[in-house]
Amino acid sequence: MTVIENMSFEVADGDYLCIVGENGSGKSTLVKALLSLKKAEKGSIEFGEGLKKNEIGYLPQQTMAQKDFPASVYEVVLSGCLNSRGIRPFYSAKERKKALETMELLGITDLKNRSYRDLSGGQQQRVLLSRALCATKKLILLDEPVAGLDPIVTAELYDLIEKINKSGVTVIMVTHDLSAAVKCSRHILCMTENEWFFGSREEFLKSKFSDFMRGSEAGD
Amino acid sequence: MKRVIEVFSEIFSSPILVRALVVGILVSLCAALLGVSLVLKRFSMIGDGLSHVGFGALAIAAVMNLAPMAVAIPVVLIAAFLLLRLSNNGKIKGDAAIAMISTGALGIGVMAVSMSKGANIDLNSYLFGSIMSVNSEDVVISVILAVIVLFMFVFFYTKIFAITFDESFAKATGTAANIYNMLIALLTAMTIVIGMRLMGSMLISSLIIFPALSSMRVFKSFKSVTICSGIISILTFLAGMVISYVAETPCGASIVCVNTLTFLIFFIVGKIRKTA
Repeated sequence: MTVIENMSFEVADGDYLCIVGENGSGKSTLVKALLSLKKAEKGSIEFGEGLKKNEIGYLPQQTMAQKDFPASVYEVVLSGCLNSRGIRPFYSAKERKKALETMELLGITDLKNRSYRDLSGGQQQRVLLSRALCATKKLILLDEPVAGLDPIVTAELYDLIEKINKSGVTVIMVTHDLSAAVKCSRHILCMTENEWFFGSREEFLKSKFSDFMRGSEAGD
Repeated sequence: MKRVIEVFSEIFSSPILVRALVVGILVSLCAALLGVSLVLKRFSMIGDGLSHVGFGALAIAAVMNLAPMAVAIPVVLIAAFLLLRLSNNGKIKGDAAIAMISTGALGIGVMAVSMSKGANIDLNSYLFGSIMSVNSEDVVISVILAVIVLFMFVFFYTKIFAITFDESFAKATGTAANIYNMLIALLTAMTIVIGMRLMGSMLISSLIIFPALSSMRVFKSFKSVTICSGIISILTFLAGMVISYVAETPCGASIVCVNTLTFLIFFIVGKIRKTA
């Protein structure tokens, strides 16, 4: 099934793009295509200079199996370094240092030896975000990062994402939360069942999509 | 303690029991290591399904007078491949498909055995295992298998962790998750076929599931869970062997009982730790 046709957009270095849209409009498919987990039916995804396919830090939606997974926080974060390893079997001192640095940045250093399954939802998201940062210096892709979190934790997480963006990492975030998208992002890609919009935040606010999405949000 | 040493010296004086001991320890270790990944990925039913398919294959091989391993190994490997495909395919419900395949294979196996009146086949030992059925060929295969599994868990440990914890992240960052999944399924199939004759096809999947579940009650990191599963598995196997020898009970069932008890102990310890 073709979800959406003839859509094109681009993301510049250091940008903050939010992808918003209705359920079933193809957001998840787009994410999978960006990560090369799925092939786009037509068209292509081009990576600019210096960005390799496997250098995207990805924050997936959590699965049920993960919620009671016995793994220490450090093990999870460190697994983000895997893409730069090739087939070498053990982590190097450099990678261990990188894992510790990203944990420091996200304020989870004191959780290092805690078990992932014992953490709160917000802490788990920080751990996964920290893992995503280990996988990249350039681009992170967040799929519904605040799903199921309470408002305070949500706000903290948005602050962290902004901090990451300011440090020079490009952010692409898929979200249901239109108000957050409008508040944080620089560009917005909006997908509805058969139309799409791509432009800066200001352009989006002036467009009909802004009203349309607000309408559907109020109707939820 | 003195009695235990006596029992072991008796066991070591019998070549059949030594073979069973070697195969049992190696299979227990492989099953436990692979089991950690399978249980955490919610694939534990695959082990159960494969053992039933293995039973069907062994029964048919016996009826047709073929070498049991030569039939069972390829059949179970193909079944592992298919079951993994089914589980990955969202459209067909994996659990129902596994239940269908395992009961189907069991039915075929029982039919084959009961229709061949002339052949001397002990259904009971197929279903619930027998120490006597372990031969020197099994020893060779289990040594090779254990070397492969251990090699994989030492050198690809980081990748196994990443795939078990989060397959889509692992794939997105360039790990060939499907190859590792397939490798784990195929090694599981081999482990089951070899362990099946000792443990019985009804009971072999306990070796995959119990050690992982027990150690998950108490241990909190993937590394400690993996190491602990391997140790639990070998110790429960040895304890089960001794009980089976002394009390003259079937080996497979004794091992499962020890594993059940171990699980209960770990469960209680885990609860106490949490409240403390």
